[in-house]
Amino acid sequence: MNNKLLKSTLGTLAIAAAMTVGSSAVFAGADLDKKLVINGETEIVTRTAAPAHLDGALDEIFSGWIFRKDETQTAQMDDFDNPGMIFVDIAQDAWNKVDGSEGKSCASCHGAAEESMAGVKATYPKWNEAAGEVRSIDMEVNNCRTTRMGADAWKLTGGKMTAMNALITLQSRGMPVNVAIDGPAQSMWERGKEMYYTKTGQLEMSCANCHEDNYDLHIRADHLSQGQTNGFPVYRLKNAKLNGVHARFKGCVRDTRAQTYKPGSEDFLALELYVASRGNGLSVEGPSIRN
Amino acid sequence: MASGVKPRVKVPKTAAAGSAITIKTLISHKMESGRRKDKEGNFIPRSIINRFTCEFNGQSVIDVTMEPAISTNPFFEFDATVPEAGEFKFTWYDDDGDVYEAVKAVAMA
Repeated sequence: MNNKLLKSTLGTLAIAAAMTVGSSAVFAGADLDKKLVINGETEIVTRTAAPAHLDGALDEIFSGWIFRKDETQTAQMDDFDNPGMIFVDIAQDAWNKVDGSEGKSCASCHGAAEESMAGVKATYPKWNEAAGEVRSIDMEVNNCRTTRMGADAWKLTGGKMTAMNALITLQSRGMPVNVAIDGPAQSMWERGKEMYYTKTGQLEMSCANCHEDNYDLHIRADHLSQGQTNGFPVYRLKNAKLNGVHARFKGCVRDTRAQTYKPGSEDFLALELYVASRGNGLSVEGPSIRN
Repeated sequence: MASGVKPRVKVPKTAAAGSAITIKTLISHKMESGRRKDKEGNFIPRSIINRFTCEFNGQSVIDVTMEPAISTNPFFEFDATVPEAGEFKFTWYDDDGDVYEAVKAVAMA
């Protein structure tokens, strides 16, 4: 499946960045039953029962895809029309390219990404026993680069890292998100949960105020989703590039008029783990297209 | 030299003689318009793909002049009638003189 996905290439339709019809009186009411099938073969779970830890908070969870406009939804059904796939191709070149003092590429150890990276994204962030910490995929990539390849670490929010994350994510597309929240990862998960429900900024808003209490409603011209991260990295029509989850968190926190945490920080890592766990059961969907 | 430029094309592998097929093309390119300013207030120099062409067996199918208002990662979709088996050749011309090419063969169904 994945081989084919990589070969079939993609396209961009900036025109699809259609203006939101903006009247505050419009109630959103997304079609919650709409089905997402990519390339006519990969079925994506965009609606399912909420994981047990959300008991009392949410009954059902929805991919952000559900809440987007028809044009944006359609563009994601064919990888040639998905501009996020450009960056997957670029990352594929980087995967095979030798870099650093050890004369190695990603492929030297990991072989074909289609095989070695299958299922990886679905379980991240996760506890790394050897390192004694919770790690994101981006942290693992940089660990490989610095310790095994003898290469420079990539900037966590940079284009190269986000593209590599997309390549790795693609290999798990269609698999259910399944991050562990117990065991050694539990304290980070609790920390993320606390952040999720803590009001921040001059507007005194928590993540939950929008994404749990008011999803599927409009916040001015914006159609609120549940803030799920199963579609990350996302190609955003507003900035025409792939966006990582920490960069997106930063935008959200900034919008509450708070000082944001730093992308790549332990704070955002805790939040990444917690938010990912809220999507346990949805399919890994990235790279996806959002507004 | 524009970085991260990668062309890609989607053409059906086979077609009936005389039939019209849909072709999609995309190239990753930042398409810097030349009208934006950097932090110091200086204009960022224009760097776009200024021309896109498609030929079938040496015959011109489409020839597009592109202007700075065209968005990043330009996408073209068009139909072409295929009279015989042959090769589509796609060419993008960058402001900096670089030329990017892609070739796709079509067989008769």
